Amino acid sequence: MLPRDGAASTKSRFATGAGLAALGRRYGALAALALLLLYNLLFTRNFLSTQTLYVNLTQVATIVIVAVGMTLVVATGGIDLSVGSLMAIAGALAPLIFLSQAPALSNPAIAIPLAFVLPVLVTAALGLFNGVLVTSYRIQPIIATLVLYIAGRGIAQVMTNGYLQSFKNPAFQSIGLGRPLGIPVQVILMLIVVAVAAWAVRSTVFGRYVLAVGGNEAAARLAGAPVSSVKRSVYVISGALAGIAGLIVIAINSASDANLVGQNMELDAIAAVAVGGTPLTGGRALVIGTLVGALIIQLIRFTLISNGVPYAAAQIINAAIILGAVYIQRP
Amino acid sequence: MPSSQPLLQMERIVKRFPGVKALAEARLSVGRGEVHALVGENGAGKSTLIKILTGVYQRDSGSITLDGRPVAFLSPQQAQAGGVSTIYQEVNLVPLRSVAENIFLGREPRRYGILLDRRRMQHESAALLAGMGLQIDVTLPLGAYPIAVQQMVAVARAISTRSQLVVMDEPTSSLDEREVARLFEVIRRLKADGVSVIFVSHRFDELYTICDRVTIMRDGHTIDERPMAQLSRLELVSKMLGRELGALQRAHTTGFAAAERDAAELLVEGRSLRRGRALRDVSLSVRAGEIVGLGGLLGSGRTETARVLFGADKPEGGELLLDGKPARLRNPRAAVRVGIGFCSEDRKAEGIIPQLSVRENLTLAALPGLARLGVVSRERQQALVDRFIKRLGIRTTGPEQQIRELSGGNQQKVLLARWLCLNPRLLILDEPTRGIDVGARAEIQRLIDELAAAGLGVLMISSELEELTEGCDRVVVLRDGRSVAELPRAQLNEAALVAAIANAGRPPEEDANATP
Repeated sequence: MLPRDGAASTKSRFATGAGLAALGRRYGALAALALLLLYNLLFTRNFLSTQTLYVNLTQVATIVIVAVGMTLVVATGGIDLSVGSLMAIAGALAPLIFLSQAPALSNPAIAIPLAFVLPVLVTAALGLFNGVLVTSYRIQPIIATLVLYIAGRGIAQVMTNGYLQSFKNPAFQSIGLGRPLGIPVQVILMLIVVAVAAWAVRSTVFGRYVLAVGGNEAAARLAGAPVSSVKRSVYVISGALAGIAGLIVIAINSASDANLVGQNMELDAIAAVAVGGTPLTGGRALVIGTLVGALIIQLIRFTLISNGVPYAAAQIINAAIILGAVYIQRP
Repeated sequence: MPSSQPLLQMERIVKRFPGVKALAEARLSVGRGEVHALVGENGAGKSTLIKILTGVYQRDSGSITLDGRPVAFLSPQQAQAGGVSTIYQEVNLVPLRSVAENIFLGREPRRYGILLDRRRMQHESAALLAGMGLQIDVTLPLGAYPIAVQQMVAVARAISTRSQLVVMDEPTSSLDEREVARLFEVIRRLKADGVSVIFVSHRFDELYTICDRVTIMRDGHTIDERPMAQLSRLELVSKMLGRELGALQRAHTTGFAAAERDAAELLVEGRSLRRGRALRDVSLSVRAGEIVGLGGLLGSGRTETARVLFGADKPEGGELLLDGKPARLRNPRAAVRVGIGFCSEDRKAEGIIPQLSVRENLTLAALPGLARLGVVSRERQQALVDRFIKRLGIRTTGPEQQIRELSGGNQQKVLLARWLCLNPRLLILDEPTRGIDVGARAEIQRLIDELAAAGLGVLMISSELEELTEGCDRVVVLRDGRSVAELPRAQLNEAALVAAIANAGRPPEEDANATP
């Protein structure tokens, strides 16, 4: 967070001592990212190409989008295990809409926008369900969201009778395959989500409440912060972002498999948040850090696989590097 | 001193924590089959002393003799094996295991050395509880029973470990009257069996009902030890608060100017507020421009009153009036909206958001007003913060410093500013100067004074007698959850206050059997 005006910059001089540790923690992740890039520049053939860049960015986009929602949830002291299953639900619902034979949906001008909007509204509503369990019923977030983690994929399979839905629908698939100005649509979406979330955390009342609730819930409540509605909101946001990610995944694949869409996404997202330096105890939300964290995880995977390391071994090394990154940044 | 050697003798116990001397010269002596009250206000050292006895903390110096032998328990387990059991206010057993398993936790009867003898465990548990007048299914999980029963189970566990001494730390705080009577019945049986009990409670009625002797602590020292019957309530309170009877009014020691103020319109009024056992019948009112003190001992219902007035807890009975009209505050947010602010006595747990900056902490309550369409205006926020840092003399390296790095006094100023920047009409301050150094304390007191003069209504909870006598226009005194007296300025002196805190307004039937 750079000072934006003269007054703030004179103040920040005093804050260096306190800010140094925090900056150090953030630079830990950035340094890891720089090292990975350097390694690839030196040892991976054709790394410096638009092609490679886009492969990595399109693959990381869904992780980042989901992980930004996860960052907000984690900042309130919660966690959302349901994101992968919510992706599957959105992914199952959208083809049902644009492949539907129902007369009302025969017009693409209605069906396509509906295929974008409705699944996201549904996953947002399911996020609200998570939030209500956490706030009104005081269920621990890990258990509350475990409900939809388990049930969500089942719901997606029931919706599709367990069949793989394959399709070819350029209008819908633009969310995964479109390239305005040569840039993949999901990369643009990812950057927008990151920018809006980073700005919101810093500059909106909601963002400050998120940090206050995660930092000290009792104090936030006594200061008049709407604790329950803030908590519900972060789960709604997380659900909606998971829905968008689900749409991107099926658009890229030209198919929706309720079994596979968003599988293990909750783990990737949590790992990105942790590597990005957001403490899982809540009270801080490093959105840019989460972006860096997701890029690190993606680059590790890419590096290992493009250097011929088998996937299974790559997973082990990936975990070890995540452990290292989190260890360096421990408070 | 009883003629026979006492069961427990703790002498010259000293315990230091970083920065504080929790126990300076504490002593405690408990006779066999004696129920011994341990009393003192917050920070007196009662719980530290108990934790040293039960092996939670280690003493720095001093001696402990139990049953004639010197002891030094290194853990609560050791203490239990040595015959000292502790029953905390929150039962520390395993709620998901059965009652029988809890009673025998860690020393389960076995068959052939490896198999759990479940039948024997259940049989003995049931017999043990029946002996205490409790007929329950011992195979059900402990958590299925109310706290009172859980406490009985904890006592049963203490008996079955053949404890010579049972420490009860505020055992009655979550019990209702009937349950308290049952607990007392059990204590009397323990006593009859020659078991000694250390009983910590803030409820005087209970102390006089069940205890034989009392040890009074204050500021890490043991002040006095006497048979309960030889100590009147008034003496007990003056010793706890450190005010000898008949002592001269002390010189002006606070930052309050004690000037006359004209109280204006009624802001808030509570009529017979009730909530659980802690708040039984509290009536009070605060007008604009006056400081109303809320006095009473720990556990008398002061904080509970404040929380109800702020909408943090819902009253179960009684009436709350704002500006003379009946009102209901659903939550603190609603209270903030009508112009009420509340500084909790526990700054760390309920006040500061430790990782956030002074700026964020100061403007937390004001955020909605500093924002347009949900976006906070950084300029207005900065201007507000700068103004209040200057106005309250908050010593910080800058608004971006994390609040946890500030001293207690400066944290408190930030929290005061959190409310003042909203221009509240009523400010509820729970122990506003607790744990704050002398200089900052006087500054905060002066500030409260100025604010009241400017028309703010203040309700101030304080355990400092000077704060109440010098700072307040009126003091409402609470005892055992009831407002028992209201002292107007003209009658406000320490002697009157101590008398009111000790025994004002007791119902006549209680007066009859109390000591003179």
